[in-house]
Amino acid sequence: MYAFSPHRPTTLRQAANLLAKQEEAKLVAGGHTLIPTMKLRLAGPKHLIDLSRIEGLRDIEVTGRSLIIGAMTTHAEVSISPVARESIPALAELAEKIGDPAVRHRGTIGGSIANNDPNADYPAAVLGLGATVITNKRRIHANEFFKGLFETALAPDEIITKVQFPKVNKAGYVKFPNPASRYALVGVFVSKRGSEIRVAVTGAGANGVFRMRAFEEALKKRFAPKSLEGLSAPAEGMASDIHGSAEYRAHLIGVLARRAVAAAIA
Amino acid sequence: MSAVPLTVNGKPVAADVDPRTLLVQFLREDLRLTGTHVGCDTSQCGACVVHVNGKAVKACTVFVWQIEGADVLTIEGVADPNGPLHPMQEAFREHHGLQCGYCTPGMIMTALDMVYRKGHDLDDGTIRRELEGNLCRCTGYQNIVKAIAAGAKAMENYNKPAA
Amino acid sequence: MPATGIGAPVRRKEDHRFLTGRGHYTDDINRAGQSYAYFVRSPHAHAAIKRVDTSRARAMPGVLAVLTGEEFANDKIGSLVCGWMINSKDGSAMKMAPHPAIARGKVNHVGDAVGVVVAETLAQAMDAAEKLAVDYDVLPAVVDPAKAQMPSAPQIHEIAPSNTIYDWQIGDATTVEAVFRNANHVVKLDIVNNRLVPNAIEPRAAIAEYDSGTQTLTLWNTTQNPHVARLVISAFVGIAPEHKLRVIAADVGGGFGSKIFIYPEEVVCLWAARRIGRPVKWVSGRSEAFLADAHGRDHVTHAEMALDGEHRITGLRVKTVANLGAYMSTFSSSIPTYLYATLLSGQYAIPAIHCEVNAVYTNTVPVDAYRGAGRPEATFVVERLVEVAARELGVDVADLRRKNFITRFPHQTPVIMNYDAGDYAASLDRALELADYGGFEGRKRESSRRGKLRGIGFSTYIEACGIAPSQAAGSLGCGVGLWESAEVRVNPTGSVEVLTGCHQHGQGHETTFAQVVSDRLGIPIENVSIVHGDTDKVQFGMGTYGSRSGAVGISAIVKALDKIEAKAKRVAAHVLEAAEGDIVLKDGNFTVSGTDKSAAWGDVALQAYIAHKFGGGELEPGLKEGAFYDPTNFTFPAGCHICEIEVDPQTGESEIVAWTAVDDFGTVVNPLIVEGQVHGGIVQGVGQALFEGAVYDRDGQLLTGSLMDYCLPRAHNVPALKVDMTTTKCPSNPLGIKGCGEAGAIAAPAAVINALTHAIGTEELTMPATAQNVWLALQKSAHLHKAA
Repeated sequence: MYAFSPHRPTTLRQAANLLAKQEEAKLVAGGHTLIPTMKLRLAGPKHLIDLSRIEGLRDIEVTGRSLIIGAMTTHAEVSISPVARESIPALAELAEKIGDPAVRHRGTIGGSIANNDPNADYPAAVLGLGATVITNKRRIHANEFFKGLFETALAPDEIITKVQFPKVNKAGYVKFPNPASRYALVGVFVSKRGSEIRVAVTGAGANGVFRMRAFEEALKKRFAPKSLEGLSAPAEGMASDIHGSAEYRAHLIGVLARRAVAAAIA
Repeated sequence: MSAVPLTVNGKPVAADVDPRTLLVQFLREDLRLTGTHVGCDTSQCGACVVHVNGKAVKACTVFVWQIEGADVLTIEGVADPNGPLHPMQEAFREHHGLQCGYCTPGMIMTALDMVYRKGHDLDDGTIRRELEGNLCRCTGYQNIVKAIAAGAKAMENYNKPAA
Repeated sequence: MPATGIGAPVRRKEDHRFLTGRGHYTDDINRAGQSYAYFVRSPHAHAAIKRVDTSRARAMPGVLAVLTGEEFANDKIGSLVCGWMINSKDGSAMKMAPHPAIARGKVNHVGDAVGVVVAETLAQAMDAAEKLAVDYDVLPAVVDPAKAQMPSAPQIHEIAPSNTIYDWQIGDATTVEAVFRNANHVVKLDIVNNRLVPNAIEPRAAIAEYDSGTQTLTLWNTTQNPHVARLVISAFVGIAPEHKLRVIAADVGGGFGSKIFIYPEEVVCLWAARRIGRPVKWVSGRSEAFLADAHGRDHVTHAEMALDGEHRITGLRVKTVANLGAYMSTFSSSIPTYLYATLLSGQYAIPAIHCEVNAVYTNTVPVDAYRGAGRPEATFVVERLVEVAARELGVDVADLRRKNFITRFPHQTPVIMNYDAGDYAASLDRALELADYGGFEGRKRESSRRGKLRGIGFSTYIEACGIAPSQAAGSLGCGVGLWESAEVRVNPTGSVEVLTGCHQHGQGHETTFAQVVSDRLGIPIENVSIVHGDTDKVQFGMGTYGSRSGAVGISAIVKALDKIEAKAKRVAAHVLEAAEGDIVLKDGNFTVSGTDKSAAWGDVALQAYIAHKFGGGELEPGLKEGAFYDPTNFTFPAGCHICEIEVDPQTGESEIVAWTAVDDFGTVVNPLIVEGQVHGGIVQGVGQALFEGAVYDRDGQLLTGSLMDYCLPRAHNVPALKVDMTTTKCPSNPLGIKGCGEAGAIAAPAAVINALTHAIGTEELTMPATAQNVWLALQKSAHLHKAA
């Protein structure tokens, strides 16, 4: 690991100042992506800014028609939160499928979204529920947030503070894990809120999380697995590696989408 | 940077270490608590699992300075070294839940965490799913699963150590 | 006395230290003044080293030494060697290329060490390693064994044209040709036995320390055979004379073969420790282990089986290309030959067998023994052929096996082995019953209602264990004898220490060996200690691999106990003032038959040391005996494993829903431990069948270079396994033990693939049968069905 200076700010403003001021600074939340890459010397930030001392980033609350989750909330906390379970059960279930129990005790929703790993689970939920990412500076709708592999709309000195998920009528997430890493080889999140249907796919896209518009159109007629029968995703634009060819990933999108809809209406 | 105060197995310690020091390195190299092992570099094998503030975490993926003031429990603190084994350790012994012993401390710390979260009545499927983050190459997991189920039951009448 | 004797499920004596975090693994040891080694490894699979510039690395903070292949050669340190000589068909010797611990002039695989940095801290060593400048001239690489012998492939070593190490054969080709001409039915299969990365959870480690006062070196090392390591390092590599080198392997966290071999890293640590006068420690990272530990398997095979009109197997014809990687590891040559082709008869009476094996160099990590070593590959060939034969002939897979089982012993196969005992029908029958074979069709219908495909697959395997009779091994090219040693020391208080040349790294020897002693001498098991893993304590021994510790190691202990009993009876005769022939040892007491005179074990032990009652010089004081046991034959564990699997045809995911294993290991010393060995073996075999496979790209980069991409089985990948045993004792050793350590890994892959191919209705399926591979096989077969 390369040497760095640690920082433990107690306010968002301090954190933002450090991030703006220090060269090659990185935020660390749960650290479960960053620390392994630092150990293997694949990342070498000069400054690490730990967010765990900042108050008010770990709350889970319902406000009006929204479930709001603080950025430093761990996957374990989301998965067992009665508030989250009650308002968007599919989201709590997704959190329960990330990594393993020890990882879920450290990994956070904000870290996962900010990192935007193309195989991470949370981006599927954020896009699949049409959530809004709230930062120290502004609100960014999911549609505008994810910009490509490990790329987001976040400015260099911007810090995610909360994620606001609209409550939906129905939602479901089905994940096909990479057998080795347990990240999503393909994961499909579906939701229905009034007439708005969303189908978001993680793991499969060569460019990260994306929406399957054709599936959404089909589900608008009737929100049922049957509506997706015979539909498949095109292999073009899919990621391809030793764990799954573009064709296999495309095929799985169809299978998992039907299962996610079935889970959502169950 | 100044020394980081921690409590490890009930004893206060101060970690005066390079910021790069991971919790597992501090435990093994500075405190010489070598029961916590390192089996991988991708946070997957679980040989390094310890409890931080009562929750299982992978000590290879936490910097010491990140957990200032925390209460850390390692395998060495699970039971009094001069007393009887903890019921979970005893269950691993009784059911032959270990062979080479390298993954064992992480397995036991994960098992304890499992009981704290999921209770004393653990079925086969639950235990196997909960072991997602702990790799064993010797046992085929069968006797580990058996041991955890039995250990969880035996813990019903046992005062869990202050974690 | 509590039940601690042979056959009792004694809880392990070694567990306490592991359960409480107080084991002593190599990385747990730190020596005063210790420094840290970090290896700089080649990023290229095949390249000429044009220039190595150490100057910037040397100038980095904390650096004690930067050593390269140049210094290594200048210090006249020898090459690593392969200790088993295999000759080609034409009688020529295998082509063993030099294997320097640090490459010089040329690198031959990604991960080949080009230099080592020793520094005050590991972080400093890693920082300096980045400053070691190596200029490479990248050469074309070959990684696929099937392509290694093609004219287009780059030649890796000067000594080996066409990258061929040997072109070996066994059996009678002419007879086999005739058998196939007359066959009623011939089954043909193309098989790839996938390359595996062992991944013991404890990574390898070494600490070397030099004492300039006594000019001795000490090596703490994660090895399965400390004496063999010392022998090779002194006799071939030439770091230090054997009596000036001590190798200690205390607690070792799993081996599975990968810790048998003598690797560059421990050699370099010893060499560096002497050069810098400080202890040098190296601990492998997990990802580093993927490039630095010997891999396993990696065969490409074409196999054919001939059957007559009565469905009797009449012949087997096998051609295998075995990938040994970039260098010949310690025992690599023997694995795809004498540990593979000699088992191709399986449990069947096959009159004619011919097997050709070409071993090749490629630009990949060296390949050597991994749990089962050759025997899983042989079992996979035979058991796939039998299963496919039954399917093609439309007969029941169990019936076809039964019809061809060997039933008379001893049985001489056409491929060297002489099976001494077994009852293959007994284990098959018991397995059929436990697996409820008769109920399979009903379960299949039930799966089908849930949209799942269900299959059942068998593996009636055999293995040759208890490695090995020295003379036989020697006649086949082995450079060492494969006996085992034991020394039994009785202390004056009656407690016993047993020194063994075997090494435990999960097998529970401290318990099972003590059970044998407790049983024989009638003393509490607590009073017996097993000492192993230190060349200064234990007389020469051959280590633990090849399921040999029970059959060979315990037999040596039994021989030493024979001598102890004889001597103790002589002592007791003096103590009890009786004739030696009248002394009986039972339940820890010496009695004089026909009298009420007796002496306890402890009293006799004390008398042996105080020698007050010996009355003359004839009887030597003390009670300590040693023995060497050399087996007269291999042992032949065998059994039947049945796997039942469900496949989701939409995703290709499979789930093992039931596993039945019925094994015949001969005498079982501790059933709890034996079952544990079976469980572990099965799950490693399941790993090979479903999840594990090392993948190289064309340029020789290892794509599965960490646990993020190489999948080890997890707890939820397997169901609870049903394990049972049948018993025929091994006639060649005193307790009738056969060995159990590798059985599961040998049996399992064929059972899984037989079940999967049964479920999906096509034989075109390669290991690892990942969900994607199963899905592809289903697609392909559906496509073919449509076309037809």
